[in-house]
Amino acid sequence: MSEFPTRANVVVIGAGIVGSCLVGHLARLGWTDLVLLEKGPLPNPGGSTGHASNFIFPVDHNKEMALLGEQSANQYRDMQLSVDSGGIEVARTVDRMHELARRMTSARAWGIEAHLLTPAEVAELVPFVDEEVILGGFYSPTVSVVDSLEAGTTMRREAIETAGCQVFANTEVLDIETAEGEGGVTTVRSVVTDKGTIQAGYVVIACGVWSNRIANMAGAAIPLVPAVHQMADVGPIDILAETNNEIGYPIVRDMDTFCYERQSAGSMEIGSYGHRPIFHHPDEIPSNEEAALSPTEMPFTPDDFDPQMETAIELMEMLGDAEIKYAINGLLAMTPDTMPCLGETPEVRNLWSAAAVWVKEGPGMAQVVAEWMTFGYPRVIDAHGADIARFYDQERTEEHIWARAEEHFNKTYGIVHPAEQWEGRRNLRVGPYFSRQEDLDATFFQARTWERPQWFGANADLVERYDLSERDVEWDNRWWSPITIGEHLNLRENCGVVDLSAFQIYELEGPGAVEYADRLAVNKVDVPVGRSIYTPWLTADGGFHSDLTMMRLSEDRVRVVTGVFDGGRDEFWTRRHMPTDGSVSFRNITDQVTTLGLWGPNAPAVLSQLTDQDLSQTNSPYGSIVDAEVAGLPCQLFRISYVGDTGWEIYAAWEDGPVLWDALMEAGADLGIRPTGGGVYGSSGRLEKGYRLMGAELESEYNPLEAGLARP
Amino acid sequence: MRILVCVKRVPAPGARINVTADGQDVDSAHLGFTTSPHEECAVEEAVRLTEVHGGEVTVLTLGPVEAEEQLRYAASVGAHHLVLVPITEVDWDPQRTAAALAGAVADVEAVGGPFDLILFGNESADAGGFQVGVRVAHALGRPMVNGIKGIDVADGVASARREIDGGFEVYNVPLPAVLGVKEGINLPRYPTMKGRLASKKAEVVMDERSAGAGGQERVRLHRPVETVSETAILGTGPEAAPAIVDLLEELGVLS
Repeated sequence: MSEFPTRANVVVIGAGIVGSCLVGHLARLGWTDLVLLEKGPLPNPGGSTGHASNFIFPVDHNKEMALLGEQSANQYRDMQLSVDSGGIEVARTVDRMHELARRMTSARAWGIEAHLLTPAEVAELVPFVDEEVILGGFYSPTVSVVDSLEAGTTMRREAIETAGCQVFANTEVLDIETAEGEGGVTTVRSVVTDKGTIQAGYVVIACGVWSNRIANMAGAAIPLVPAVHQMADVGPIDILAETNNEIGYPIVRDMDTFCYERQSAGSMEIGSYGHRPIFHHPDEIPSNEEAALSPTEMPFTPDDFDPQMETAIELMEMLGDAEIKYAINGLLAMTPDTMPCLGETPEVRNLWSAAAVWVKEGPGMAQVVAEWMTFGYPRVIDAHGADIARFYDQERTEEHIWARAEEHFNKTYGIVHPAEQWEGRRNLRVGPYFSRQEDLDATFFQARTWERPQWFGANADLVERYDLSERDVEWDNRWWSPITIGEHLNLRENCGVVDLSAFQIYELEGPGAVEYADRLAVNKVDVPVGRSIYTPWLTADGGFHSDLTMMRLSEDRVRVVTGVFDGGRDEFWTRRHMPTDGSVSFRNITDQVTTLGLWGPNAPAVLSQLTDQDLSQTNSPYGSIVDAEVAGLPCQLFRISYVGDTGWEIYAAWEDGPVLWDALMEAGADLGIRPTGGGVYGSSGRLEKGYRLMGAELESEYNPLEAGLARP
Repeated sequence: MRILVCVKRVPAPGARINVTADGQDVDSAHLGFTTSPHEECAVEEAVRLTEVHGGEVTVLTLGPVEAEEQLRYAASVGAHHLVLVPITEVDWDPQRTAAALAGAVADVEAVGGPFDLILFGNESADAGGFQVGVRVAHALGRPMVNGIKGIDVADGVASARREIDGGFEVYNVPLPAVLGVKEGINLPRYPTMKGRLASKKAEVVMDERSAGAGGQERVRLHRPVETVSETAILGTGPEAAPAIVDLLEELGVLS
């Protein structure tokens, strides 16, 4: 047995599917001096990997999840630890049939083979399904069943053989120590275990359901909660046993009951996302010794599962006589927004998270993290949706994590509209105009923690004015109103005011500020004072990391304004690359500054009533930012537009916001001014002008040339 | 045949069982609960006997209200009637338990008629007192044999087999009788999904009884010191051979 090391370049904690694949991928990318620690025994440490259902449905509406699922499936295939069983999502309702049709569009978009089936065609593939119960199915021939424990062993072996990775099972991490690193940055220093302490250059937490507890040791957070997913293994069943195969029939997902049936040799495994959400604090999870089965196979609570059994028997009558041989409350990790937690933690430099990853995307996500550590950003896919830096502080609290996970647990197989809003944990952050907007009957959409008006009920008269109507299909009307088109047309004809308080605003200041800003941005930040740039920030590979505006406020001060969805990532990126010599300071002034957008052909006429500033194109050109008094308030006028029409972003002190709002509304009363929602700003207005949006049209897989944003 | 089976709710095996700080109970934080294995076999045996001879199986337990879970489990594998003597204390000692069960048996028999056979597990999986079955039989004035691994019933006589070295002892006991059965008498079935769903609808008769006097008092529970064994990997493949030979020599098994 190798001696316990005192130093290592990289310590990976957790040898489930993620940690094991991670050391393998790091080895492939040339990393050496790797240590893998595991609290439990190997090859099955007792985490979620050990009881996983081990199947991969490649089609998902979410691009990251779909493509990383496929990428993972291919890695299992390369290891020859995978069988293409095929899988069918069956529909019992008309709504679900519509959803399956939408899944076809996602399948086409991601280039994954799929077919819609009639009930008879489903029964042809899976003869024990009662075709009377269903209306049809969505068939993915490339659904696969994998051996995740063996895949972990294979990847560990590769890391051991090619990079000398040292693996220590039955080794418990007691603490992660940090120290003040270069420039006063909190940096990971060592991992303390019951076998000794390892000084580490990098530490990666791949601890599944325990990840947040381990991160907390270092003062970081990995926002996830251990959630119960109930599973029962029932059999023996003759028709399954006769296949003489681990998996001889396609897996069936009974989508409307939130349940799946997956053959496991002569038995059927029934898994459910339909029971009440059941969560456990990591401290409530038993140790390997305290657990009757394994720590994440907790005692079954049968009452929760009974309704699932009833509906399962409806679909497959033979299950009624099958014996319940094994049943667990299996634990898996859930995050507040359903996406994984990958990347360096914003709190502690060189402390990485590879967590909230399921078996179905484990190898792909491990590759993402390995590439991220190697190249500064992943290459296989843009993982911005999984970037752990995306969370704001209010999203990292236990209350938020639990509340959101509770809300989305039953949506795991649900029909979820892309614009669907959360019900709970609302109004966490509101702009200074919130009460005015409520009076105007605004419908608010939440952008991470920030409430933004999407449209205003008070503008309902515009529907008549522009002869607008609902859309033909019910689905297309969800989370949408024709009012938003009315606001759009009014802005084009008159003008509109848009609340942009959710803008994330940073300032870089100091003798090195402009030089540093120039390093971040593609376009030249070193423009005259009072000028601005709209620019990409690129990864080392030339793909989009960010897309934002930067303003030269003085010789040594640069303002950065970015969208709320990217705020966490952009702030972390900015701080992460900042010079450590003290030549640049960083300030987040989001809470001090509010922004109102004023756009439309009448915008100059409105604004000129409130300010003496010369608003002409000559003296106030596009891209200029000037200090100006507006309605008696000290403001900054930034001449820019994300909707196409002429106008300004007006920056004011947060507490001056309401006065500014009222003044604009009053000045514009006879000029057709209307409060205008995010439906125009973020969607129709920008799209009509062809303005791209980070995270939608722009991501790290595209460089500026491919995105059509190359400068001549 | 009318058969009664007495069962006890116990912590599911396989887990390290911790004791609460005051030493009066096991710490149930991580525990699942089950029926004592001997008793699970007793329920199975009773169900099989009624499948052959006709009749009904009643299952009786004394325990916390949560023990309803174990009664319903018995129903899910074929028991017909369920009776719970609820207690709020941690556990009752064998003397009080037996007195309460004997009283409960009398109550049930007063309504449904006498039982031909009453089955117990040989001993409970947690306390392991080996007393309750014998005490209940004594209280009811019925013959009792423990350690049973086979039961045949014919002509009002139960033929019960007890395992001994190299064979069986066979006891012919006139009915009504009481038998304590051991794991291995059968392989209990798992509940089917239909069985589980049907058991949800079964009625649980509550028979409240007060604790009698006397018996043992629990002083405190104590967990024995664990012996921890370390596993060392000596190597893999042929390269491991020398280390294995060294170890075998060290252990003195090679001469």
